[in-house]
Amino acid sequence: MITDYKPAVNFNHINYSVDGIHILKNITESFPEGKITTLVGPSGAGKTTLLKLCNGLLSPDSGEIYIKGKSISSYEPVELRQLVGITLQSAPMINGSVLKNLALPLELQGRELIEKDAKNLLHDVGLEEEFLHRPIKDLSGGQRQKVSIARTLVNRPQILLLDEITSSLDRISQQEIEELIVKINQKYKTTIIWITHNLQQAMTVGNYTWVMMKGEVIETGTSDLLHSPVNEKVRHFLKGEVK
Amino acid sequence: MSYVHLSIALIFVILPIILSKTLNLGLERDTMIAVVRSIVQLLAVGYILKFVFDSENMIYILLMVTVMIAAATQNAQKKGVSIQGITWKVTVTLVVIEVLTQSILLGFKITPPTAQYIIPISGMVIGNSMVLAILFLNRFTAEVETHQDVTELILSLGGTPKQAIHTQLITAIKSSMIPTIESQKTIGLVQLPGMMSGQIIAGADPMQAVQFQLLILFLLLTTASVTSAMLGYLSYPSLFNHRMQLLRGK
Ligand SMILES: Nc1ncnc2c1ncn2[C@@H]1O[C@H](COP(=O)(O)OP(=O)(O)OP(=O)(O)O)[C@@H](O)[C@H]1O
Ligand SMILES: [Mg+2]
Repeated sequence: MITDYKPAVNFNHINYSVDGIHILKNITESFPEGKITTLVGPSGAGKTTLLKLCNGLLSPDSGEIYIKGKSISSYEPVELRQLVGITLQSAPMINGSVLKNLALPLELQGRELIEKDAKNLLHDVGLEEEFLHRPIKDLSGGQRQKVSIARTLVNRPQILLLDEITSSLDRISQQEIEELIVKINQKYKTTIIWITHNLQQAMTVGNYTWVMMKGEVIETGTSDLLHSPVNEKVRHFLKGEVK
Repeated sequence: MSYVHLSIALIFVILPIILSKTLNLGLERDTMIAVVRSIVQLLAVGYILKFVFDSENMIYILLMVTVMIAAATQNAQKKGVSIQGITWKVTVTLVVIEVLTQSILLGFKITPPTAQYIIPISGMVIGNSMVLAILFLNRFTAEVETHQDVTELILSLGGTPKQAIHTQLITAIKSSMIPTIESQKTIGLVQLPGMMSGQIIAGADPMQAVQFQLLILFLLLTTASVTSAMLGYLSYPSLFNHRMQLLRGK
């Protein structure tokens, strides 16, 4: 268990199931505040489901989640979702331009995004300024992922949940995004939870890591554990991933 | 026209049955059922109408309108089973439409308060409202399903359920109203509307028939917009829970 830091998110005996299928099983762990924690594990382990619980898109069947020490149910849903930002795995987009997508979080609050801020955001995620007025449907998968990250940053969340944001990016872009996330983490002390299938990334970028399998958290600790896991199943999984 | 003439007109039923047999369409059974049902249902309605018209009692009129609303609700709610409480939502919508249109018609003395006017006009209004409800529910449930990811996105960014479903709701309201508006643009050019044809055949003055038809068309525009909008705003909240989470249709 990760105990040497103040938790930003704390799970206490969390269970979640859909149609009788047990997706998360009795999870008791925490994400340290102000750190980057990576979440690794095979497909279908329940990683995405876990992040959606933190952002309030889903609620557990039993157990309690604490965000910054307060029970998650004591937050208003809108307040919670602005505090805990999520970049969804499928990077969904609304119809229209890149600008329209970037402006969405503020538009929902009846505010406007200044063009200069929009350009800075694009710059942060490594997209040229001229993308601003392009229709979103003309963008490649990787470019959409970048817009999706930028859009999540608009609300300046204190806790940032990233669901496989670099999966369709080339190496250079991956590195740019890694640098950006580290920069955000250091500059704003943002707590970052990052689901990734890239173990190299988990080791270099993450401070901590969780290994999940079949709805359970199998092993947690500093990212070093990925070099020398204790658990037999984890060792087996990591071998398969590296290969 | 006498019953003897009507019997001879059954030729129009035999033809499609023969055609279905020779071409192996397999529609004989359904055609027969349709014919028998329409004969029984319309004759029954005819007798009931005659009875209600003769008695001139408001209670019977109310009863008939209630039956119409119940039947229309029964039909429309099937398209929205995934929406919680859809039956009463459709019922409320139909009642509002009926009360709204009749208050204007009777209030401004546009039509007299007799069964002869109230029942056929209610029938057209409620029937049309039912079709609109079906069109709306079909489209809305499909839109919600297809754009679940966008709904989730907006919620995840701190949007309210209303903001998260807005585009789908507007698309469904709009698309369900379009047929009503479009069909009115070409009315009279391609075919004479059923009610007007009926009146003219029954010997009414064509200009009188046109006036009535126009009244009905205006009514149907209100019916279309109010049905879709009202049903839409009644329906969308039940797709979410109090924690602003999207409930998944099981
Ligand atoms: N709404 C749902 N209905 C039914 N099953 C679901 C639902 N959401 C998730 N699941 C199931 O829960 C399990 C965990 O899903 P989840 O998306 O959290 O996995 P994941 O670890 O993110 O996987 P991946 O790495 O492929 O993204 C899967 O078996 C999935 O099929
Ligand atoms: Mg996932």
